[in-house]
Amino acid sequence: MDWTRKDLLDLQSLSAEEILTVLDTARQFKAVGERKIKKVPALRGKTVVNLFVEPSTRTRISFELAEQRLSADCINFTAEASSLRKGETLADTARNLEALNADFIVIRHKAAGAPHLLGRVLNAHVVNAGDGAHEHPTQGLLDLFTIREKKGSFEGLRVTILGDILYSRVARSDIWGLQKLGARVTLCGPPTLVPPVFTELGCRVTPRLEEAIADADVINLLRIQHERQRKGMFPGLGEYTSLFGINQERLRMTKPDAIIMHPGPINRGVEVDSEVADGERSVILEQVTNGLAIRMAVLYLLNGGHVPPAEVN
Amino acid sequence: MHEQVSYEVEACVNFCGGSEILKHAGGPTRDSELAGGEWRLGGRRFAGRTSGSQAVRPFPGFFARGRGRQAVYARPQMSSLLLANARIIDPSRGIDQTGDVLILDGKVADAGPGVASNAPKTVSRLDVGGRIVCPGLIDLHVHLREPGQSAKETIGTGACAAARGGFTTIVCMPNTSPSVDSPGTVRWIQDRARDESPVNVLVAGALTKDIAGEDLAPIGAMHKAGVVALTDDGRCIQNNELMCRVLEYSSMFGLPVMDHCQDYSMVSEGVMHDGRYSAVLGLRGWPAEGEELIVARNILLAERTGARVHCQHMSSAGSVRLLREAQARGVAITGEACPHHFTLTDAAVAGSEVFWREDGTAVYPELRPSSLPQWPAFDTNFKMNPPLRSARDREAVLQGVVDGVLSVIASDHAPHTGYEKQVEFDYAPFGITGLETELALSLMQLHRRRGMKLIDLLARFTTGPAGLLGLAGKGTLTGGADGDVTVIDPELAWQFCREGTASRSFNSPFYGWPLEGRAVATIVAGDVVWRDGTLGDIIPGVA
Repeated sequence: MDWTRKDLLDLQSLSAEEILTVLDTARQFKAVGERKIKKVPALRGKTVVNLFVEPSTRTRISFELAEQRLSADCINFTAEASSLRKGETLADTARNLEALNADFIVIRHKAAGAPHLLGRVLNAHVVNAGDGAHEHPTQGLLDLFTIREKKGSFEGLRVTILGDILYSRVARSDIWGLQKLGARVTLCGPPTLVPPVFTELGCRVTPRLEEAIADADVINLLRIQHERQRKGMFPGLGEYTSLFGINQERLRMTKPDAIIMHPGPINRGVEVDSEVADGERSVILEQVTNGLAIRMAVLYLLNGGHVPPAEVN
Repeated sequence: MHEQVSYEVEACVNFCGGSEILKHAGGPTRDSELAGGEWRLGGRRFAGRTSGSQAVRPFPGFFARGRGRQAVYARPQMSSLLLANARIIDPSRGIDQTGDVLILDGKVADAGPGVASNAPKTVSRLDVGGRIVCPGLIDLHVHLREPGQSAKETIGTGACAAARGGFTTIVCMPNTSPSVDSPGTVRWIQDRARDESPVNVLVAGALTKDIAGEDLAPIGAMHKAGVVALTDDGRCIQNNELMCRVLEYSSMFGLPVMDHCQDYSMVSEGVMHDGRYSAVLGLRGWPAEGEELIVARNILLAERTGARVHCQHMSSAGSVRLLREAQARGVAITGEACPHHFTLTDAAVAGSEVFWREDGTAVYPELRPSSLPQWPAFDTNFKMNPPLRSARDREAVLQGVVDGVLSVIASDHAPHTGYEKQVEFDYAPFGITGLETELALSLMQLHRRRGMKLIDLLARFTTGPAGLLGLAGKGTLTGGADGDVTVIDPELAWQFCREGTASRSFNSPFYGWPLEGRAVATIVAGDVVWRDGTLGDIIPGVA
């Protein structure tokens, strides 16, 4: 199918078909990354602004590399949300960037809905690189891409997301994407971080780890988000690890072909111990590689690229 | 045509507080430009465009005192007026009958059948053609933003919005800059209102200095200055011992204490109802229990002190239940409902598509989805405090209004500038305007959809607030009462639009909504301070 959206703001509003279109396109770009010459001219002459109003290293670098490999010109604009608020509003900042003829704005912001605000006021394409605890659509897409590579299809697949769901934008993007493609999602963690309201989003919610991982085909471990959390959600990291940390012993309770995912950065010894993170069931680094392909595919499609991408073949 | 428009300007100048707030947007004021140009009132632009043969006027009713160039709006001046051919609804006396209402020298002289035939021929006469005439509506929860925040609203513009909404009396909240915590500020507002307001502006004083919730404000001095209620609205006293003292102290003056019920430790940084949609949108939750904890506290303290406590803008089912139980026990505690809480739900924050599909089907059962108003997710015009809650909560608030547990409907009219609201949802200020849509939404949600009798509904705008505030001569059409009257057309279909608001701010979620019913004339002390074009002319009395 042809891509018709101006922006990529969330996975909740995408159709299964649109999601598959991105995944199919990303497959082509992943192949590009394995070539000697890793650059294609798809976005030559286009300008991308990486507007990171919340600190990020990994996602920004992934986007930056994706832009460079598509031959786009990119600039990085990093600002603390607070200083932006004292001066001009986010919409004004973005309008200024658009006045410099930016074609794409990739935005990371700690306020949920900030990319939606930009999408409404700008003609430029807006890509959500994570908005508060709302969504992180490219992370969701790369998780889907990775699962598809490993498991083939989503129908009937059981995916367990473990940890800090309440403050996780990754969890929300994963939940929507997985459900749209036919997978069943279980959320597990202490009720302070995984409140029962998530059952209304169609998920199974349980605080019992054994139950959550026993039948899972995919276990996605989320980082404990120190920065987004209020105090008192759980007594401490030690207790969290003892209740929910994935170690070798717990890994043995899972299906033998269950894979371990993590959006990074991992806290070794907290949500996952080193043996598991570095073990053969872990696909954590493949996620990083796939993220680059996903971000290339997203920019390519938003730019009006066709499927399959002719230039890259 | 040109004549009409320039006339309008004059009226506005006289009405809304001086020429400095009325400027022609573009250069010289030639007549040709006047007819089709744009007008700026307090920074807002009005299109002086025509629609059919009639000019679309920013303030169509502000020239009630005569015709032609000499006509100027003046403050209500204890006039006489006969409202003929009315459906009189007076909740204070349980009356719903056809008849006429006679106001002499600013006071109600008589209301009932056959009054017109005995009225003095010298009195001007307005035939209301069978429309409802009721005691002037009262809104006891309005933010006029002055002193200090006149970019959002002024006493003049807010009061004009009240007149358009059918309100003859409003109570302004003290969370201004500086806050209304001294008799000097109370008098300042009263003076400004005297100059600028077409309606009665009553003042609520702060409970604590700077609304900081720490030291008592000079309540006695403000009582002498004429405050009608006390509140730290926008803030909530967290210290229970202080709240107890405040209630004890203010009871000496018989002043009701109106409380914005919000437990800060429970609510923290919540920006929307804690529920399904906060989970979906990743926004911080403002749990219903954050309101209910304070409602429960207020019940206990009202019981202990015997003071009159009024819980503002009740939003949750639990709050309504707590109030119902307490009232049944005889505790002197009341509650109010806001139209946004009994019309919208938290689904609206996820965008119009979600709202109309999940929670909005009962609002417009007869409209097709494609003709319903649309808005995006994270629209900050759906951010208010307390927040929009679940459909179950909305149902409980509606039921509370119907059975009288919530005896007052109020707008919580909270204007904010566009630049303040057009930001990320987390950073936008809480609040929406509401004076001009309040009556229509109440008629639609309570009368049309739920069959609440008009007389009971109008009680929430008249006897409810008048009784709470102890306003003698208001909220009733008894002989000798103030000649404050609202004329309502409960059938009139209309749309709220930006050009049609008198408020200085535009932060309403209800633009473009098909509305049913509105005030068509607002009369203060016998003076028509606002009327729309649907009524006939006022026929002057013969000398």
